[in-house]
Amino acid sequence: MLVKLLSGDLPRSKLLTAILVAILICLAFAPFLFPGIRSVDTAARICIFILLVASYDLVLGYTGIVSFAHTMFFGIGAYGVALACSHMERGFGALIVGTLSGAVVAALAAFLIGLFSLRVRAIFFAMITLAVASAVAVLVSQLSGLTGGEDGLNYKIPRELTPAFKFGGELLGVKLNGKLLNYYVVFFGALMLFLLLLRIVNSPFGRVLQAIRENDFRAEAVGYRVIAYRTGAACISAAIAALAGSLYAIWLRYVGPDTVLSFEIMVDILLMVVIGGMGTMYGAVIGATLFVVAQNYLQELMQVASGAVESVPLLPDLLSPDRWLMWLGILFILSVYFFPTGIVGRLRQDD
Amino acid sequence: MSAAPKHVPTMAQAGLLDRLAPWMPVLLVPIIMLVGLAAIPSTSSWLTLTVSGLAMGMMIFIMASGMTLVFGLMDVINFGHGVFISVGAFVGVSVLLALGQMTAAPSLVLNLLAMLLAVIAATIATGALGWAFERVIVKPVYGAHLKQILVTMGGLIVVEQLIVVLWGPEEIYITRPEALKGAVTFAGAALEKYRLVAVGMGLALFLAMRYVLRSTKIGLIVRAGVENGEMVEALGYRLRLVFVGVFVAGSALAGLGGVMWGLYQEVITAHMGQQMMIMIFIVVIIGGLGSVEGCFIGALMVGLLQNYIAFLEPKAALISNIGLMVAILMWRPQGMIPVVKAK
Repeated sequence: MLVKLLSGDLPRSKLLTAILVAILICLAFAPFLFPGIRSVDTAARICIFILLVASYDLVLGYTGIVSFAHTMFFGIGAYGVALACSHMERGFGALIVGTLSGAVVAALAAFLIGLFSLRVRAIFFAMITLAVASAVAVLVSQLSGLTGGEDGLNYKIPRELTPAFKFGGELLGVKLNGKLLNYYVVFFGALMLFLLLLRIVNSPFGRVLQAIRENDFRAEAVGYRVIAYRTGAACISAAIAALAGSLYAIWLRYVGPDTVLSFEIMVDILLMVVIGGMGTMYGAVIGATLFVVAQNYLQELMQVASGAVESVPLLPDLLSPDRWLMWLGILFILSVYFFPTGIVGRLRQDD
Repeated sequence: MSAAPKHVPTMAQAGLLDRLAPWMPVLLVPIIMLVGLAAIPSTSSWLTLTVSGLAMGMMIFIMASGMTLVFGLMDVINFGHGVFISVGAFVGVSVLLALGQMTAAPSLVLNLLAMLLAVIAATIATGALGWAFERVIVKPVYGAHLKQILVTMGGLIVVEQLIVVLWGPEEIYITRPEALKGAVTFAGAALEKYRLVAVGMGLALFLAMRYVLRSTKIGLIVRAGVENGEMVEALGYRLRLVFVGVFVAGSALAGLGGVMWGLYQEVITAHMGQQMMIMIFIVVIIGGLGSVEGCFIGALMVGLLQNYIAFLEPKAALISNIGLMVAILMWRPQGMIPVVKAK
């Protein structure tokens, strides 16, 4: 049963299994284990980013093509929900319409980009996605009539998913309200889609993708249409990224260019994939968890460190929390050089 | 046995279109200009837009040429190329600000001298940075595109953050040297002096680059290296050294372009290189990865189209470049002037 649920792709390392189980338990009971608005928010972000990073790993780690438009797809999903909720009647209908249309639009966009770039060279895809994604980000912030511009959109989600909706009293000291339901929508949505991704990469389709990654020329010679498979992977990955975006929009009840479309998120995703381990779905879990936790709590540590070296010239500037991105960049380069298989690869090696 | 088919030599000339086909990419630039002339109601504004489009195109070409050559020669795709633009702009602008007295004086000679010093400082700084970048970041990942993209992207982030550490997070405003301010009027159209200088510099650089690539020994080795690197190495040339040279030269050109772009915009930010990268990618793709001529034509097309469309339909200007790229890729999937590889 469990093996079947994981599509036969087990962690293959005792330590890794232990860590994964710990993460699963923490996320599943986050509202009860870590009560408090901030920690539950962190847990929801982790769920969403695990899904987002896993869908990115489908193109980067499994198919071996680099895309810089993943935040665009994420944003399409988020804005799909936001637009549907602000233009339709408040209710679950709007959520479903927004989510589905976001996923379809994202898949179509990926299909079109793939059509133009993947038939020539896989590296074209990297450049074209970067160009298209930045154009879309600018477009979204300019078309303020539709998207709210830089300010973004605030909208109403069904009352059942907001803190105002209360059912029953308390359980283990936690108030049973709509926010709790909302968290579990995010959690189970992410979990199911993650298992679906695991299913996809372990299917014959997924095997072909890995063959293409290892040697596209041979894969073509064996008789697989490389372009069709690459485009297919890009479309699936885009659709799932859009679904992750929809979950994020449902959780935050707000979308804006900075929260769902900015290039910083793309860099974050790249880091999570590489640090966790490319080419394995479990890498996404580890990478995303580590990164989101670090992002939320490590920056405070940098603040302290920056204050401690105040008398030394230049060092406080280097250690200030605003320079967080620079240290990530260095970490990123080092991990590409020295740990190309990431944390998961390391753990599997040791066993 | 059947009779051999008759071979009658055809004396008829190929049709005009057939003969023009190889020249199509070159012709596209004047075609865009003519279409612009037809679409824009007043001739004087057309002239102004054309000059600013050409100036923009020339600057993009200066920034993009290094990247396309590096790719053609060593199959290295440098996503961090944009950072040289930022560094060049910051170094150059710092020099110009330090030479405030020279730039504020209304003498053309002093102004140009200050610009020259700024450009020299910027190219030396970015050339050196390019050398370090090649050593530390690019060298360990030869032959692996995926890693190259990831690692150079990481390099871009780190250097960009270092700029913020050294110069601070605020954007820096700069005014052009006194003699390059204002515009000259020609046929009723106001042409900004600085743009004319940019067009002249870009053209001069393109011709110089063409001369080096076509008529010198080193250019011959570089072109041969693009077509078949192994063969060049077998003939005893150390292609690695040539490659490092091209990388450094390309970085220095990006730095030069950064100074020019900074003066054009009159404001510089650490992110400017990253923003320019998008334009550069589009230019490099439509020109054909690895082709300097294609890059030149592509840059002019992007510059012109951007200016015309911004005038006619401001909202559409944001996606005009993407539209151009899609159209070109539908016509020639490898870009306008594909580089023939003998591999």
